[in-house]
Amino acid sequence: MTDAVLTRPGRSAATELVRRLPEYLLIWVPLLLSAAHLVSFALWTIWISFTPSTLVPVAGWVGLRNYTAVTASRNWQIAFDNLLLFGSAFVLLSAATGLILAILLDQRIRGENLLRSIFLYPLAVSFVVTGTVWSWLLNPGLGIQKLVHDLGWTSFKFDWLIDRDMAIWTIVIAAIWQSSGFAMALFLAGLRSVDADIIKAAQIDGAGPVRIYRRIILPSLWPITVTVVVIQLQFAISTFDLVRALTNGGPGIATQLPALVVYDLMFQRSLLGRGAAAAVLMLLILLTVLLPYAAWRYVQRRRAAHA
Amino acid sequence: MRDRSFAPSRILIYLAVSLVAAAWLAPLVVVVLNSLRSNEEIAQASMIGWPRQWAWSNYAAAWSGFCVAETCAGIRPYMLNSALVTIPATIFSTMLGAIAGYAVSLWRFRGDNWIYGIVTLGLFLPQQMRLLPWTIVLRDIGLINTLTGLVLIHTIQGLSFTTLFCRNYYVAIPHELIRAARIDGAGFFRIFWRIILPLSGPILIVTVIWQFTHIWNEFLYGVTFTTGQQQPVTAALIALSAAVADIPQHGVQSAAVIIAALPTLLIYLLGGKYFVRGLTAGAVK
Amino acid sequence: MAALSIRALSKRYANLEVLKGIDLDIESGEFTVLVGPSGCGKSTLLNMVAGLDRPSAGTIEIGGRIVNDVAPKDRDIAMVFQSYALYPSMTVRQNITFGMECRHVPKAEQEKAVANVAKLLQIEPLLGRKPAQLSGGQRQRVAMGRALVRNPLLFLFDEPLSNLDAKLRVEMRMEIKRLHQRIGATIVYVTHDQIEAMTMATRIAVMHQGSVQQFADPDTVYRYPANLFVARFMGSPPMNTMPARLEAASDGAVVVIGAGRPDEVRLRLRGYDAAASFVGREVVFGIRPECIAEASRTFSSDAPVRVDAPVELVEPTGAETMVLLRLGGEPAMARISPDIRPAPGTTAAFALDTRRICLFDPETERLIA
Repeated sequence: MTDAVLTRPGRSAATELVRRLPEYLLIWVPLLLSAAHLVSFALWTIWISFTPSTLVPVAGWVGLRNYTAVTASRNWQIAFDNLLLFGSAFVLLSAATGLILAILLDQRIRGENLLRSIFLYPLAVSFVVTGTVWSWLLNPGLGIQKLVHDLGWTSFKFDWLIDRDMAIWTIVIAAIWQSSGFAMALFLAGLRSVDADIIKAAQIDGAGPVRIYRRIILPSLWPITVTVVVIQLQFAISTFDLVRALTNGGPGIATQLPALVVYDLMFQRSLLGRGAAAAVLMLLILLTVLLPYAAWRYVQRRRAAHA
Repeated sequence: MRDRSFAPSRILIYLAVSLVAAAWLAPLVVVVLNSLRSNEEIAQASMIGWPRQWAWSNYAAAWSGFCVAETCAGIRPYMLNSALVTIPATIFSTMLGAIAGYAVSLWRFRGDNWIYGIVTLGLFLPQQMRLLPWTIVLRDIGLINTLTGLVLIHTIQGLSFTTLFCRNYYVAIPHELIRAARIDGAGFFRIFWRIILPLSGPILIVTVIWQFTHIWNEFLYGVTFTTGQQQPVTAALIALSAAVADIPQHGVQSAAVIIAALPTLLIYLLGGKYFVRGLTAGAVK
Repeated sequence: MAALSIRALSKRYANLEVLKGIDLDIESGEFTVLVGPSGCGKSTLLNMVAGLDRPSAGTIEIGGRIVNDVAPKDRDIAMVFQSYALYPSMTVRQNITFGMECRHVPKAEQEKAVANVAKLLQIEPLLGRKPAQLSGGQRQRVAMGRALVRNPLLFLFDEPLSNLDAKLRVEMRMEIKRLHQRIGATIVYVTHDQIEAMTMATRIAVMHQGSVQQFADPDTVYRYPANLFVARFMGSPPMNTMPARLEAASDGAVVVIGAGRPDEVRLRLRGYDAAASFVGREVVFGIRPECIAEASRTFSSDAPVRVDAPVELVEPTGAETMVLLRLGGEPAMARISPDIRPAPGTTAAFALDTRRICLFDPETERLIA
């Protein structure tokens, strides 16, 4: 058997087509529009990245010149270094926070639902709101530093927001606040899906709680960990709103990220070719994460199918 | 390991989760309190503090009073813009995604796997790759700087998610149900309407919540394709911060932030279970 | 007139040939069971009769009309599915009337039809319920009701009982048979359960690897299996089959099992003229377990053949005793009287009913005689 449910015997081709026109329209038009826009938009942007387009798209071929111009610019270099730092720090810390929260919530504590709601609510809020709020809290003249000063500890210093070297960490903090709950939700689902009989067997074998976590539960979580890391990386690579609202790339260009560079090139400096090249570079960075993940998923599935 | 005894270790656990929860709630509490403090009071002290006087007027000012650029209509027009984009785009993308998901999961047609595969790639293609083409398309069809343009974008791009959600839900429906209905003489739409749709409650809630939250919170397209009075509320908030940079009005701004976040927060509070299901469903793509 | 005629029907998926030229003629009023192991193509065949799947070649004729290009709803058929496929969001009544609704049957007529079917199947009290509120047996009845209300030329059943527990399965089996006798419908019924096939069918089509191995009434299929596959598939436990040699004797032929061994078994054949050409050659010898019994059994007026055989295993089932023994070194199951329990490891005497022996050609695996 296959699942070919739609192999209808055809009548006269024309009447059949007319009769089924509405369903064709409703299935095909949206799906085709969606698929076509993805393919054509991606190809078009790639094409533009090889043209000398500035204010308006123009035909022409400049080879990799836009790419070399982008990668040679200080703006992009800082953005790229920031992405490496922000991406790894944010992904590691939010996964770790999520895992710890999940393990704590897994201890059958009272008020689990309430706590889970608290850790997850930032996900319902826009990055613009998150960024704005954290820009206030981290502003040394307004937020935490000011509060501590007012309380009498005047030598206290927490001015990362205006510190060129530390400003990127404010984005890490806000991003962790926003999305650790997501990692927690996935990890908690993973913890809860461990076969209860296996845990009982381990208890009968005399294993204590720490050993059960270390030897049995946590090892079973690694596929989920990969998923969490990939999704958070995907988010990190395309971070835009959060930085826009929190630091707007500043101080100076200290918290520049690739997505901001793209926007800057395309819509503020009207260098479409270079903007497109930067966008394609973003896609390439994303692919270095997604392609290995896709390959890994494929192998996992093949193995599961054979088992 | 999972007992309910109150050993010291359990007190530690409660202490730890309470601390983290407090830290997670703090930004919300701070903003809510600030929204009730006068601008002067905040300027004198810090952003963090208890209101000396309840300044409810902040909300009135935020809603319809303060000025962004030349217009002094508060956040209201931008909230309306966001609603006028989010609600139709949510409905369209969910409906079309449900039909598409139904078609690719329960009816086979030539090339369905290809189309479906390409559509789901939309989950991964960065927005930056689509900014320029959308600019040109919107300009050519005369929808640049219109809410309709944003509805169009969010409907088409939302299809990637809605089709995936619905398809993954519908593949679990037994094919025999469709076969039985076909022998009974029902066609594509009747089967959808009478058999599939009545079973779709949970997935439609998940999809609607997900789409609403995402479109409401979206910023990049809003700020790129609309200006001035046409902007959605996320873009307006950024414009507001820039506009008040010289004379900060943190009380009013806090109220504006609360108002802008309220629709999605309410949805989260009311449909938390479905919200989380959407999150994890999106993750296991 | 044949209710269903299938001519040279075949189906391939990519490189896989699922059906290889099926020919079947089913008369009006017949209860035909398509039986075979999973993957034999029986469900594919049924789906093509229903119009849910397209044949690669060949024709399907229902009621004298070629229906290859006719939509399922216009084929004048009704189908009962393994999972019942009841529409979960509809009540039992709506489930039954949905097809009529699609065909725009007037409301009054729908009501009458539902009332009739509900009475026939005794599901009147269930009409207002949703499928989730029904037990397995009740769902089965509703699924049949949905088919019956259509009053079609042809009923198709796709393993309708395999989701029921053993007891209910036997009950529903009898009920379906009773229904067939009462309304005289033409039924094509797919199952992998050979007992269902034997008990319900007027004719059985045994399928294997995409072709029909034998199409005959249950007694013929059981008594004269067309080939080794049918012999081993039908019957529980299946027919004992073992290599043997056919030798010439003064008045016919002798089957020798385990030739040359000290415990070789020699059985004189009578009335197996068709086997004459195999004298002096290897054959496959087949005998049903119930044709090997305790030594005191007399199968008919003829005196049965008696042999001594070592007993390996004894399985009392209450109604009978199953014995695994060796005939000329080859394992064979015997079905003996429940009171007799030979001890494993000993040698006991058994009676063989030699008139019901089957012989197969070891090359073609076909029945010789």
